[in-house]
Amino acid sequence: MTTSTMSTTTTKTKTVITGIGIAAANGLGPTGYWRALMNGQSGLGPVTRFDVSGYRSKIAAEVPDFAAARHLPNRLLPQTDHITRLSLVASDWALKQANVTTDDIPSTEIGVVTAAAGGGYEYGQRELAKLHSKGPSFVSAYQSFAWFYAVNTGQISIRHGLRGASSTVVSDQAGGLDAIAHARRLIRHGDNQVTLIGGFDSALCPWAWASHQSSGRMSEATDPAAAFLPFDERANGFAPGEGGAIMVLEAAETAIERPGVRIYGEIAGYAATFDARRPNRDPGFRRAIELALADANAGPSDIDVIFADAAGEPEADRAEAEAITEIFGPRGVPVTAPKTMTGRLFAGGASLDVATALLALYWDAIPPTINVREVDPEFEIDLVLKHPRHRPLRTALVLARGLGGFNSAMVVRKF
Amino acid sequence: MSRQAVITGLGVLSPGAIGVKEYWELLSEGRTATRTITHFDASPYRSRIAGEVDFDPIASGLTAHQVSTLDRAAQFAIVAGQEALADSGLDFNRTDPTRVGVALGCAVGCTTSIEREYVRTSDSGRLWEIDQDLIVKQLFDYVNPSSLAAELARLVGAEGPSTLVSTGCTSGIDSIGYAAQLIEEGSADIMISGGTEAPLSPVTVVCFDVLRASSNRNDDPAHACRPFDRTRDGLVLAEGCAILVVEELEHARARGAHIYGEVAGYASRANAFHMTGLEPEGKEMSEAIDVALRMARIEPTGIGYINAHGSGTKQNDLHETGAFKRSLGEHAYKIPVSGFKSMIGHSLGAIGSLEIAGCLLALQEGLIPPTANLHEPDPLCDLDYTPNVAREAKIDAALTVGSGFGGFQSAMILRQLDDEVK
Repeated sequence: MTTSTMSTTTTKTKTVITGIGIAAANGLGPTGYWRALMNGQSGLGPVTRFDVSGYRSKIAAEVPDFAAARHLPNRLLPQTDHITRLSLVASDWALKQANVTTDDIPSTEIGVVTAAAGGGYEYGQRELAKLHSKGPSFVSAYQSFAWFYAVNTGQISIRHGLRGASSTVVSDQAGGLDAIAHARRLIRHGDNQVTLIGGFDSALCPWAWASHQSSGRMSEATDPAAAFLPFDERANGFAPGEGGAIMVLEAAETAIERPGVRIYGEIAGYAATFDARRPNRDPGFRRAIELALADANAGPSDIDVIFADAAGEPEADRAEAEAITEIFGPRGVPVTAPKTMTGRLFAGGASLDVATALLALYWDAIPPTINVREVDPEFEIDLVLKHPRHRPLRTALVLARGLGGFNSAMVVRKF
Repeated sequence: MSRQAVITGLGVLSPGAIGVKEYWELLSEGRTATRTITHFDASPYRSRIAGEVDFDPIASGLTAHQVSTLDRAAQFAIVAGQEALADSGLDFNRTDPTRVGVALGCAVGCTTSIEREYVRTSDSGRLWEIDQDLIVKQLFDYVNPSSLAAELARLVGAEGPSTLVSTGCTSGIDSIGYAAQLIEEGSADIMISGGTEAPLSPVTVVCFDVLRASSNRNDDPAHACRPFDRTRDGLVLAEGCAILVVEELEHARARGAHIYGEVAGYASRANAFHMTGLEPEGKEMSEAIDVALRMARIEPTGIGYINAHGSGTKQNDLHETGAFKRSLGEHAYKIPVSGFKSMIGHSLGAIGSLEIAGCLLALQEGLIPPTANLHEPDPLCDLDYTPNVAREAKIDAALTVGSGFGGFQSAMILRQLDDEVK
């Protein structure tokens, strides 16, 4: 398999986003979601989906008013976790918006690449409960796939009859960017013309909650406005959320030929690095940013806004602020974390951040970071607080990190 | 200058074999390593057979702390990873860690630990609200299998792009395909890749029981997986791990590495048909094979061996037989085919990389391992499946395929390098 047979080194096919499907706690669909971001409307609140009284952490962002049965056939409901239902519906929306159908594009050239983190937690918990409290004969015939990491890719492919190259990548919260980059790779490689990308996640069952609590990074604040304060002196962990985004990525050359297609922007650069925790090694996060900029043929001054990973945990926030300052200079570029309104979304987080960055390019506005009153004075970053900033935007940088050492960075640009 | 991915190191943990040497002995002798499950009491289940790895983590060099905190799939990856690194001869003091990445495959992650911790914290499933005071801090890593890739990356000190590829039962092929793509595009010079899986836990057994996908030949566990045989009645679950060092050709040559072969072609397609079922014709698997052949610039006559998915389910063996004929035409009848799952069972996300390791050894040794337990050929499976006894053959290129839940169909071509290129 040599690169000369593919097209990777000779012509770097441009890939663009032409459809965005979003479900987040503060909005369904790109329009509603964007309006919520501009208004600084938070989706964080006390957990209602299960009894959270026995847990130290109490706050999450829940997607309200999502009636899966209104969107999906009945036969799909018993075989799908909540995150799969959200993924399927968001994929419907994204394909519709991009006007992609298998009537016009060969189904063998449309693939699906999603990010996964913990899989379908709630489905898995329910079936484990049946197995161990009632017995093997009570376990669903769908359990084999309903909880597992590849489920959303498989179900989206089946729902829309997409037969192209498809995959699922797992690198905790960096996975969303890795999935998009892999989709770009498959298009450049000539496997696919179009690839659905993205991820969804939910932490709203006791098993998911317990697992996130075990990481020691969830906020224990009881006030929703205090439960996720990245880069703030009061930072005390994160509030998890439910949601994500599915988008349509395709080769620019064919996208521009389809009538009525809106091109949100180009996936212009990407890189991933890993911190192996060896002595005397530089942190990999900065290198991921530098490599992503180089991949986009961009310099620091080309970046108009940064969508931060925004861990909400003092040490991780410091590492991110330092990486940004080292490359862009003190307060050199606006930084924002609209995820303060949606909670951290694990497999869905970086996908939603890329969608948000593309909407920002489209509307020429930077959505704010809410609830943070003041940036920790030790961090020399220009965090966009309280209100959106309206200004022409051409290029955005999206950052993501996964627990264990994963760092990814992606540059999106107006096409 | 085009970049090419080659394999320079192997490490294996398989049912019946610890290490590459034992693995090759098992395959070439056509021995079966499936048996009655010993990991837990499987008496309540329909299928009570598995391919288990006789693995002593302490003897394998893991610390007591690693044994008590890491899932078995992570322990496998570390031990096989160490063997692969030693085999590759790479000196990590003289290798730029930023050019080393990880692409590990796994289908169901740390299932065994997840189930154990669930049972412990839920009063055996009686409590819906998990008891937070009983939660161990590793739970997050168990539930998020990126921890497996992170473990392997830390083992080698990798600072390049690292991730876990989870595409069900094709994860073992797709992870190596992903690694090869990263090397070709220039994102890394070395990728530590392969698959690991340690799924032998009640919930996994039940999942296959309810689908009746696993063999219940409980009275003859050593001969339960019978690919292409008329009497086959399902797959046999297994655990295992193969870690491969995938390296850029020039990088490997510059350090005089032993090169097992190149990843000559790879493709994956989705069948968009059913989460667990297969359509009988094997169209999408055939499409993946066609693309892999094109990428390798190889004609069907250039393939000297087909390593089948050969899971031993009624539908799989027909499905892939159809795909081979569709892609390779008349020549399909002349190529020896065999299935390793007859010997070592189906280790889900690991098996694809165990099969790739076996193919590379077959290329090197000039010997095709057989399909074990094949005594009454299914008349509908009418290719040459190399029954029961290995066969000597000079092979330049081998095709391996995989098929999995979610509809994934993957194909990879492994080719020996010409001596002058080596």
